[in-house]
Amino acid sequence: MTKQKYAQWVKEESPNSKGPVNISKAFVSGGLICVIGQLLIFLYENLGAGEKAPVLASLSLVILSAVLTGVNVYDNIAKHAGAGTLVPITGFANSMVSAAMEFKTEGYVVGLGAKMFSIAGPVIVYGVSASVLYGIILVIFG
Amino acid sequence: MAQRIGKQTLLLISSPSIIGYAAVGAKQEKIGPLAGYFDYLSDDSSFGEKTWEKSEIFLQKKAIELALQKCGKKEEQMDYLFAGDLLNQCISSAYVARELQTPFFGLYGACSTMSESLCLAGMFVDSKLAEHCIAATSSHFCSAERQFRYPLEYGGQRPPTAQWTVTGSGACVVASSCKAPFLRAVTIGTVTDFGVTDIGNMGAAMAPAAAKTITQFFQDTATKPDDYDLILTGDLGFVGSRLFERLMQEDGYPLANIHNDCGLMIYDRSKQDVHAGGSGCGCAASVLCSFILPQIACQRLKNVLFMATGALMSPTSTQQGESIPGIAHLIHLSAFPYQEEVK
Repeated sequence: MTKQKYAQWVKEESPNSKGPVNISKAFVSGGLICVIGQLLIFLYENLGAGEKAPVLASLSLVILSAVLTGVNVYDNIAKHAGAGTLVPITGFANSMVSAAMEFKTEGYVVGLGAKMFSIAGPVIVYGVSASVLYGIILVIFG
Repeated sequence: MAQRIGKQTLLLISSPSIIGYAAVGAKQEKIGPLAGYFDYLSDDSSFGEKTWEKSEIFLQKKAIELALQKCGKKEEQMDYLFAGDLLNQCISSAYVARELQTPFFGLYGACSTMSESLCLAGMFVDSKLAEHCIAATSSHFCSAERQFRYPLEYGGQRPPTAQWTVTGSGACVVASSCKAPFLRAVTIGTVTDFGVTDIGNMGAAMAPAAAKTITQFFQDTATKPDDYDLILTGDLGFVGSRLFERLMQEDGYPLANIHNDCGLMIYDRSKQDVHAGGSGCGCAASVLCSFILPQIACQRLKNVLFMATGALMSPTSTQQGESIPGIAHLIHLSAFPYQEEVK
């Protein structure tokens, strides 16, 4: 039995993720979150928030996501929604709150404080790096 | 005294018995098909403890206490405790040993630990190095997730090949006795790696190790699958079991309908959201101690080859791109001792 042959067997026996179903669910749920975001913007604009309405809408989604994570509901939604809940700002909030909750038992400094960024950390690092790079490009060619 | 035959097999001539055994589980196990056979099940996966690590310590201690209670023995009578688990530095077992004050061998064999501990306990009793030994192991879904994967409330998706870590523990008290189940032979496995790197497909990584160990056992003992009532692997799950059976077919030992896997028995995959089945040290341990051993004791099953399988990677080795090495140790469990069969 060679490794190549075994890899072929593993491929044959391993069921694939249900691509079309997962993608459809992610599309609908991700879209739904954006619709909620848009409705929140309208709501805050009507309440007189003006230019700050989009910021308040993002803030509300982050808070909602954090609360749903805290009451053990978010992961049950995300199990079905997949990238639909992962990609929007809600996924970022969930990754920080879930890590903070999980590692609280190791204390507020080395547990909660340090591990809070264990999943969100790379997003911040590469997000900031990408914007720095974009800034440089803009300065040179802009 | 044990007698070595073939390359890797030891015949335990005095055939030590498993005089006491117990299985403990939690919520997911309670809704599984084997729930009725467990000695203790709780709806609360934390078992009232503040951390998941403490919950797992409680689990393992409970299994050992119940096993001792069922055979009417006291912890002071135990000569050695062989135990291990999945957590870094095997803390669950070490903290249980701290309370028991029994001389302690801490083992790491990943999910193969029930086989490893039971092999060693059998070898010690058979060679008269000990009168009574405890073999135990445990795993907890929540403590394993936080160490090997993501926080519990993180919103991620699991692939269909992923398995669900059993929150459970099993413990066996091994001693000389005239009562079944008997430990007849052990085959210590070699580390086998066929290059699987997918951490979400552990069954596939472990199947070659299982096939290699059992093939060696058949060669060493000059027996064949038909000589046994059941070949029970630890936690290969759905994918790993299929691959194991294919590998055995290729090796010239078709297993027909005598193979089953603890990871497929402990949960109902059609009703429980466990994907490819159960896994973890507690999977093989609790299925063995709840469902299998009583059936050998009452001779419904006469000869069983029990083989818990382990994946010996760590999150670090996986992140560095290393493939997943597997291991499997085999124990021949029987309703009759070796001597009786020889006569």
